[in-house]
Amino acid sequence: MIHKMANQRIIPVGPYHPLQEEPELFKLYCEGETVKDIKWETGYNHRGIEKLSESKTFEQVFFLVERICGICSTSHPFAYANCMEEIAQVEPPNRAKYIRSIVGELERLHSHYLWLGLAGHFLGYNTVWMWAWKYREPILDLFEIISGNRNSYAMFKIGGVRRDVTGDQIALARKTMRDLKKKNDLLTKAVTDDPVIHARTKGVGTLTKADVMDYAAVGPTARASGWAIDVRRDDPYAAYDMVDWKVITADDGDVFAKTQVRLLENYESIKIIEQCLDGLEKEPEGDIELKVKEIPEGIGTGRAEAPRGEVFHFVKTDGSNSPVRHKIRAPSYVNIATFKKACVGQTISDATISLAAVDPCYCCTERMAFAYDWHSGDKIYDGNQLVERSRKETERLKNTL
Amino acid sequence: MGLKSFCLKKSLWVYHFAGASCNNCDIEILDVLTPRYDVERFGMQLVGSPRHADVILISGSINQRDKPRLKEVYHQASKPVFVVAFGACGCTGGVFAEGITFAGPVDQIVPVDAYIPGCPPKPEAMISGLSKLMQTI
Ligand code: SF4
Repeated sequence: MIHKMANQRIIPVGPYHPLQEEPELFKLYCEGETVKDIKWETGYNHRGIEKLSESKTFEQVFFLVERICGICSTSHPFAYANCMEEIAQVEPPNRAKYIRSIVGELERLHSHYLWLGLAGHFLGYNTVWMWAWKYREPILDLFEIISGNRNSYAMFKIGGVRRDVTGDQIALARKTMRDLKKKNDLLTKAVTDDPVIHARTKGVGTLTKADVMDYAAVGPTARASGWAIDVRRDDPYAAYDMVDWKVITADDGDVFAKTQVRLLENYESIKIIEQCLDGLEKEPEGDIELKVKEIPEGIGTGRAEAPRGEVFHFVKTDGSNSPVRHKIRAPSYVNIATFKKACVGQTISDATISLAAVDPCYCCTERMAFAYDWHSGDKIYDGNQLVERSRKETERLKNTL
Repeated sequence: MGLKSFCLKKSLWVYHFAGASCNNCDIEILDVLTPRYDVERFGMQLVGSPRHADVILISGSINQRDKPRLKEVYHQASKPVFVVAFGACGCTGGVFAEGITFAGPVDQIVPVDAYIPGCPPKPEAMISGLSKLMQTI
């Protein structure tokens, strides 16, 4: 093990630290100022959502998956809705599809601004933080007008959406998009022309195309390294095949490229929203859902492109009113693994921004790693022991067959 | 009002403890620092260590792994310290209260001075909660 070497120091970051808003622990193994190895520990955020989901009805699960991650609070319901619609064999009406895409893209916009602000904050460039978050507010206002809440929207249901977007709201959305385009111009110029940001982000945390393919990275992390994958294009859902847009990529794979990809994606999102608003005006008002009476027995998979990459949901049903098994894979789960590649060999000061560049979301990623005794709070199993036990159990069942 | 509470009131420093949250509460906490809400004008600031803090703001439900750490953070903070439970999760456990890893609402682990309900609470709710807390000092 490298970190046993005499001149290496461990620098712990976390689990409760001001750098990122979520709890996680990074251990940087450093020699002098250079990071030689990195380990991270999560689990501070584990809530057992997959298990909880089995105790909810299909409609209630929407509110639960929405709370997997507050920033992607549409992506998870999106993927889950796609999944349930595959099981029930229904297709929502066009108006619902447009509304879904609008909500999804608004979320991408607010998430990318949020990331940009936080990235500025990590660089010690708080001006970027303040400006980006200031521009994010009108999007949240729009959300509040459309859905009644700034962050968790509760817009989705099986077979459609819960609320219509009509008259005034459409006009307001158009105005917000027009204003946002100007602000995005300003922000893109300010960020991509700034010599300090160039110096801090160019050539930092570089991932080559081969790296992202090895780690199976998704979303902007992969697209910034020249790998054009996007579920919206590869496996179209909602209204994405009814509108015209393109997948943004960059070639350098460093933090700067990731910033660029996100800023340019904002333009695409605005474009999609505007076209969806046009589409809404052509569809009859109020036609926003299909009544789905029964969910048959079956299995379904659903995908959606979250701001951070592909979200994947798998549900198994048995004809009752709640899932038998609900499996969720969030984009950060694969993206976080690229830390090793991006951070090792950097200086400590660059490590933070390399960590932040993939926009990791630990709430999405938490997996069961430990089992505790409910009464005494003692640890009984760790992750490996659990896997071991599960294997033994399978073996035992196999033998009895 | 003594000198001590006068000074405290003018500069509440806040330490943010994120439990097993969904992140929404956490971003709303950061949001109140940004230009539209700007709580720094009340002298509030996020600090990096509980030892510097006058207020511990706890968002998210507390799971088995967070519980001992929350207790430790509370003991590390210099007293008097005010504990604020933020969001439905902080107040009661919210949707995660039935979860397999849930370790009890915040007020069963450390004493709580103020609750700010909502999922997530709006920034206005947070400002109102903190200003009410200030009035009690
Ligand atoms: S109260 Fe709601 S928004 Fe806040 S952490 Fe809990 S689920 Fe998320």
